[in-house]
Order: sequence, then C-alpha cells, then structure tokens
Amino acid sequence: MTWTSLNAWAAAPEIFLLVAVSVILLIDLFVSDAKRHITYLLTLVSLAITACLTVNGLAQPVQLAFSGMFVADPIAGVAKLGMVLGVALVLIYGRTYAEARGIYKGELFSLTLFALLGMMVMSSALNFVTLYVGLELLSLSLYALVALRRDNVHATEAAMKYFILGALASGMLLYGMSMVYGATHSLDILTIAQRVMNGEVNHLLIVFGIVFIVVGIGFKLGAVPFHMWVPDVYEGSPTLIAQLIGSAPKIAAFAFVIRILAQGLEAYVQDWRGMLVVMAILSLAIGNLTAIAQTNIKRMFAYSTISHMGFLLLGILVGTPVGYAAAFFYAVTYMLTTAAGFGLVMLLSREGFEADRIDDFKGLNQRSPWFAAMMLLVMFSMAGIPVFVGFFAKLAILEAVVNLGLTWLAIYAVLMSVIGAFYYLRVVKVMYFDDAEDKSPIVAGLDSRVVLSVNCLLLLIIGLMPDRLLYLISAAVAHSLLPA
Amino acid sequence: MTSVVIFYIFAAVLLLASLATITAKNPVHAALYLMLSFFSGAMLWMLMKAEFLAVSLVLVYVGAVMVLFLFVVMMLDINFEELRKGFWKHVPLAVIVAAIMVVEMIMILTHKAADLPGAHMPEPAAGYNNARVLGNLIYTQYFLPFQLAAALLLVGMITAIALTLRKRKNTKYQNPAQQIAVKRDDRVRIVKMNAEARPAAGEAAADEQQPNA
Repeated sequence: MTWTSLNAWAAAPEIFLLVAVSVILLIDLFVSDAKRHITYLLTLVSLAITACLTVNGLAQPVQLAFSGMFVADPIAGVAKLGMVLGVALVLIYGRTYAEARGIYKGELFSLTLFALLGMMVMSSALNFVTLYVGLELLSLSLYALVALRRDNVHATEAAMKYFILGALASGMLLYGMSMVYGATHSLDILTIAQRVMNGEVNHLLIVFGIVFIVVGIGFKLGAVPFHMWVPDVYEGSPTLIAQLIGSAPKIAAFAFVIRILAQGLEAYVQDWRGMLVVMAILSLAIGNLTAIAQTNIKRMFAYSTISHMGFLLLGILVGTPVGYAAAFFYAVTYMLTTAAGFGLVMLLSREGFEADRIDDFKGLNQRSPWFAAMMLLVMFSMAGIPVFVGFFAKLAILEAVVNLGLTWLAIYAVLMSVIGAFYYLRVVKVMYFDDAEDKSPIVAGLDSRVVLSVNCLLLLIIGLMPDRLLYLISAAVAHSLLPA
Repeated sequence: MTSVVIFYIFAAVLLLASLATITAKNPVHAALYLMLSFFSGAMLWMLMKAEFLAVSLVLVYVGAVMVLFLFVVMMLDINFEELRKGFWKHVPLAVIVAAIMVVEMIMILTHKAADLPGAHMPEPAAGYNNARVLGNLIYTQYFLPFQLAAALLLVGMITAIALTLRKRKNTKYQNPAQQIAVKRDDRVRIVKMNAEARPAAGEAAADEQQPNA
C-alpha cells in the first residue's frame, strides 16, 4: 500500500474540514468571549473552502479512495454541498440567538463542524465501518449540542432522550449490519451488492439483517413508529440546534439509505420496499394529524418533519434512479425550507423570549410585513402549494410512485398533504388576520436578515425554475449508482 | 484436548463470575467478580490465539475501567441494597425469560438456515503475529475509519469538557504573574493629610502643671 493507492485527494473536503476544525479549536482557546466573532468568521470561511473543494471534486469522475472505504461520486458531492450550506445557515441565523442564551462558545462551532464532518463521511462511505463511524460522529456531536445549554432542564431532558433513543437505534443498525456481514462475509457495499447479485448469500440472514437496518434508519430519520424522540428534541433543544438537527442531517440520512439499500441491497428491493411503505403511510398520517393539535411551533415543525420524512421514504421505496432523484430533490429542498422556518423563529426571538408558540406569530404583518411575507413563502412551500418549491418536490415523488403502479399510495399521500395544509395555513392566518399581542421590534443582525430573505426567496425562485436543480440532482444520481 | 479442558475451565469461571457479579450483595465484591469475568474472557481470547485482543482487554478493562469503577463505587455512598430490593421477587420471571432466550438461541444456531461456519477455525500460519496483522490492517485498509474514530474520541473529549467544566465564582486563587508584576503604586497608597494643629500654649502649660498640683 502506497500513498497514491490511498487516493486521499478524493477526500480533500473532509481532510480540509478535519484540519480546519482542529485549528479553530486551538485558536478559540485564545479568543475571549467578547471576540468570539473571530471563531464565527473562521468557521464560515472554512465552510466556504470546504464547499469550493467539493465543487472541485464534482468535476472529477467517480473515484474510490482509502481501499474502497470512501467514494467521491456526484451524489456525495451534491449532498455535501447541501449539507455545508445547511450548516452555514444554522450558524448565520443562530448567531444572535446563541449570544443571547450563553451558548455562543467555541464548542458550538467545533461540534457543529464535527457534525458536518460526520455527515460528509456518511454520504461518501462505501463500507459499513465508515458509514457507522460517520453516523456516530454526527450523532455524538448532536447529542452534545442539544445538551450545550446545560443549566436548562428542557435541553438536558431532550439531550438525554435523544442520546438513549439514538444509542438504541445505533445498536439496531449495528445488529442489522452484523447480520448482513454474516450473510455476505463482507462489509464493503460493492462486494455485498456483487455477492447478492451472484446469489451466493444466505437469504434468511440477509432479510433478517435488513429488518434491523431499516429500523435503525427509521429511528435516525424520525419516521413513525420510531418518531417519539423528534418532538421532544425539537422543543427542548436551542432553536439553532433544532434547525441543525432538522435540516442538513436529512440529506445525510438520505445518502446513508441510498448507500445501504440502493447500492448494497438493491436486489432485495421487494423486501425493503414493503417495510418502507408501512413506515411512509404511518409517518404521513401521524405526522400530519398530530401537527394540527400543536400550539408550539417547534413541535409543529417536528411533526411536519415526520410527515416530510414519510414523503422522502415514498421516493426511496420506488427503487429506481428516478425515485432516488426525486427523494434527493425532496431532501435538498426540505433542508432549505426548514432552515428558513427555524431562521424566522429565531428572528422573532430575543434575549429572555422564545418565539416558539404559534401565538407569537400573531399579527406579524403589522410588525414586519416583509418577514410575514417570508414566513408565508415558507409555509406555502411546506404545504406544497404550486409555484413554490415544495410543490415540485412532492410532484416529482408522486410521479415516481404512480409510475411504479402504486396509485393508491400517491392518492393517500396527496390526501394527507391536504390535511397538512391546514396547520401551515393556520400560521399564515394568524400572521395576517390576528392582532399582534407583542409589538416589540425585531432585533437581528443585518447578515441574518439578508441571508434569511434570500433563503426564503429561493423557495419561490427554485419553485418557478425547478429544472436546473432537478437536472443537477438527476444527473448526480444517474452518474453515481455504479452498475454492480 | 488440553485446550478443550482449559476452555471449559475458563468458561465455567467466566459464567460463575458473571453470575456472582449480579448476585453479590456488596458492590465492591460485584466489581471484583466483574474483573474476574473480564479476565477469564481475555484468557478465552488468548486460547483462540488472539493475544493482542486478550492483552488489551486486560489492560483497558481490568486495568483502567474497572479500577475507576471500583473507585467510584467506594467513593459514592449509594445504598445498593435499596436499589435491588425487588431482585428476588423478580427472579422467577427473569429465569423464565432467560430460559426462553437460551432455547431460542439454540434453535436458531442449530438450524440449517443459519448456516453458521461452526468451529472449523483456520489454523494460523507459522510466525503469524496477531498484533502485527491488526496493526497492518488498521493503518492500511482501515486507515480512514481509524482516523475518524480518533475524531470521534476528540468529540467525546470536547463534549465532556463543555458539559462539565464550570468556572466557580467564589474560589480564591493566586495568579503568580500578577503577583510578580505588582508595582508599589498598586499596594501602597500615600494619603496627604493636614498635620494636627498644635495645642494652644496656655493649655499645654496647664497640663504640665497638673501633676504638681
């Protein structure tokens, strides 16, 4: 084994990010609380460089690195770009919020970057060991970030629940992986795919393993019936961490599912499709129906996440590149939408006040017509109303499902979306037709106002011209899935 | 043949020690039994010629983790008797559950569908070095996950510090650098005061005369 056979250049974004986190960690030791902006700026700069390196890698052909443990393909490249953007949005929107709550510390930045590193590894991993290590890097950083407000009872409770259920999910996933290993005698995704194709595996054992892998994935995605942690964690954690949990990791989870189910175990699509159908049906129902009863907007977002994950699963269960591309498009646009939603919640919050009740949005139009319009865009996009991006995301998935012949499932998903539109439109109603209870002005930095506005307008712009992004994502999926 | 005999001896010690761990009344005894079971497990690995794993199990678990554990058990004043109050009450159910689990495990392990490779372990070549093979794999094929595992440990360290480090407000401590850099002006303050007025001449004379009077 030599340096060239390691092909480490393929992992340039990850290597740079790891070095950057270590440097930021050290620099932050010498930065006083008053000058924390240095750490903040350094973090954003390293995110920008990581994004540049990723774009550079997109132009290269698919390469394997680290003896097949790591793959740099377009699907991973596009996913990484989305995740870097998601993490940058978290930090930009959350800066003022974190400062007011005493969590604007060096650990916030280093742990967030480590979480990003975990996500990037997950999306590029081509071996069960790398996949699992990436997942744990993400999960451990997130548990710690939720607990960062350590004197807050809600945050500690949420961190505890997240940690215990997350550990359980990891256990399930590992158990499933060990079963697949037992059946195929390999941890390498491509080797597994090949052995499955050649039929030299133990079918009973591999299906048994798939059950546990799907359960573990369900936990991590927050799909029903493994969704119990989502609302509590969203409500209890600081809003910027809730945004972090709700946005970028969904793209990573998508890539994770694609690596295991689509690349490794595609031959068993009949077996895992059924499980995903059940999870999608339950997620769409429970997510949308329970969200109606919520008065806390973070809990409402949590249940809406559950229903959106149901949609994501619909795309994956189709089991064709078209379906995967639709699900990928859904994950990326959902990241943008949910980031904007949480960004607006943080925009209305201030020191000693959390704007986390739906009532806090009452009469927003009187206080700030611009941001009321922005929230309107986010809600319309989440509800899937035409010309907004959420509509095209849902349309692409429904099209793939109908082409598979599961028309009843598509009709069911549309019905559930209609029910879901109620609670999104209620927020719009509250903003425009109710009188403001709280008339204090909005305090937020210019940076977060501008970026937030651009983010919300993007939901409309991509909605008007979805072709470019859809084409990019379809091409990425088509060029990535290597014929086994 | 001898290795089979040794296996059964160590396995028996392992099982008895594990049983003693969960039944011992004294938590210190329980920790000691747990150490014994770890050690027996390490010996079983040694028997399978995985000497590196055996040594690291002894070093890490018996040497470090369990000693820390003992330390904590001795330091904390927890009434363990209170914690395990319902233990004997639940034993019958626990035994039934355990028995079902054992039966299930035997059924699946002996079933044809499981197709487990069984006990035919390949005999290692002469000069086979467990630690070297492991090291070679870790630094070549498993280089990436190995490095990422290191990052994982770093995250654990950052987290532990971030969640537990507290700056106490009321501790008194010395800062030698400040002590050395101190100047006269920081410590001594010279206050200008007007001199006291002298007593008038007549009064002084009267005072002096008093004792004589």
